[in-house]
Amino acid sequence: MPLIDLANPSRFLALTGRILPWLAGATAILLAIGLYQSALAPDDYQQGATVKIMFIHVPNAWLSMFVWGVMSLAALGTLVWRHPLADVAAKAAAPIGAAFTFLALVTGSLWGRPMWGTYWEWDARLTSVLILFLMYLSLMALWRAVEDPSRAARAAAILTLVGAINIPIIKFSVDWWNTLHQPASVIRMGGPTLDKSFLWPLLVMAIAFSLLFITLHLAAMRNEILRRRVRSLQMMQASRTVFSSEQSASTKMGTA
Amino acid sequence: MTALAALIRRDIRIALRVGGGALIGVLFFLTVTVLMPFAVGPDLALLSRLGPAILWLGALLASLLTLDRLFTADHEDGSLDLIVMSRTPLELACAAKALAHWLAAGLPLIIATPVLGLLLNLDGTATLAVAVTLLTGTPALTFTGMIGAALAVTMHRGGLLLAVLVLPLSIPVLIFGVAASQAAIVGPMSFGTPFSILCALSLVSFVIGPFAAAASLRHGLD
Repeated sequence: MPLIDLANPSRFLALTGRILPWLAGATAILLAIGLYQSALAPDDYQQGATVKIMFIHVPNAWLSMFVWGVMSLAALGTLVWRHPLADVAAKAAAPIGAAFTFLALVTGSLWGRPMWGTYWEWDARLTSVLILFLMYLSLMALWRAVEDPSRAARAAAILTLVGAINIPIIKFSVDWWNTLHQPASVIRMGGPTLDKSFLWPLLVMAIAFSLLFITLHLAAMRNEILRRRVRSLQMMQASRTVFSSEQSASTKMGTA
Repeated sequence: MTALAALIRRDIRIALRVGGGALIGVLFFLTVTVLMPFAVGPDLALLSRLGPAILWLGALLASLLTLDRLFTADHEDGSLDLIVMSRTPLELACAAKALAHWLAAGLPLIIATPVLGLLLNLDGTATLAVAVTLLTGTPALTFTGMIGAALAVTMHRGGLLLAVLVLPLSIPVLIFGVAASQAAIVGPMSFGTPFSILCALSLVSFVIGPFAAAASLRHGLD
């Protein structure tokens, strides 16, 4: 069971240290191909060149939900299996997910200004993604509020699972409330409605952004493990200082 | 069952006595509602249009203000540990505590609504609509807020975080509560659609709130 093997942080560090350069390289290549293809993609007959915002916007929006899914799995790992790396994964994913959500919101509103005539509309999809962004931020605040990482992990895991209710609401908001945001056109019953000249760059960009997330996530997890090691070393050092000063004080008392 | 009834009775009694602070919520509700005309101007037509939203916002903030009391006092005097260790399932105990909290702090808000409606120039139907939606919606606020209160009590500086944790979760309740009251007053949507979603939100919170709160108490208090 590889997941069990990865429970050892040193083994995880060794393995990811070997994988990360390859992942980063693949991400860079795919991003370059995707950007090149999106630049070559034809202008839409209605939207003009602004259709190209979609190649950035859609992968970010997908990932904003995907990252919460990853964090929910990690939360289950923390609460149910007590996997030692699960809370590291959950903590490292939160800022990255917040960044993806923020980018999805920003690119969406930049596209909305010429197309809908407004940067922001209180549409069901936009509102639910904004709630997702707020929940990412409150989760990060929760992580920062508690010093003890394992205690913070359990509190954050429960909040993550409660917040997971929002994900299907975001996904289906465009079907339940027929407002401004267009419904799904790639992952839907009866195949994608998108033209092939738009579909391929979009898929390449989606894979590239997913790889980007995995790369950033693994790197952030490594940082978090190292940060925790530094913290425990500092705690050990601090307690040793206190202990030795107490000891010297008691020996002085003894000689006096 | 008797243990839960005793817990509910005890919580209500504590909340209503000196230092309980349940009625502080009503006072806060009144103050927020009175502040609004100063902020938007004493235009009666505008106030009656904004009235349901103002009342809902006031009730949301007032219920947030008292949420901190749900577990902190019990945590300080140690009775929360007894509740966690007792034979009564913790989920049921949490549900009982939330119910008692709603009876002591939520119900007075709804009783105060007609009086505050007068101040905001709401007519009979509008006041009734706001009161009915608050009656269905505030339990959802209490039961989802309980998750935040349980998370907050397990960490030492939780009080600061409580609002940040709870407010995003309560946005759907606010949206459909105000939508249902507006639908009853001006239309064009039928009252039933948003109101049934509001009922569904309350029912979902009855299921999720106690379990999540009990889980966070169990994992957090050690």
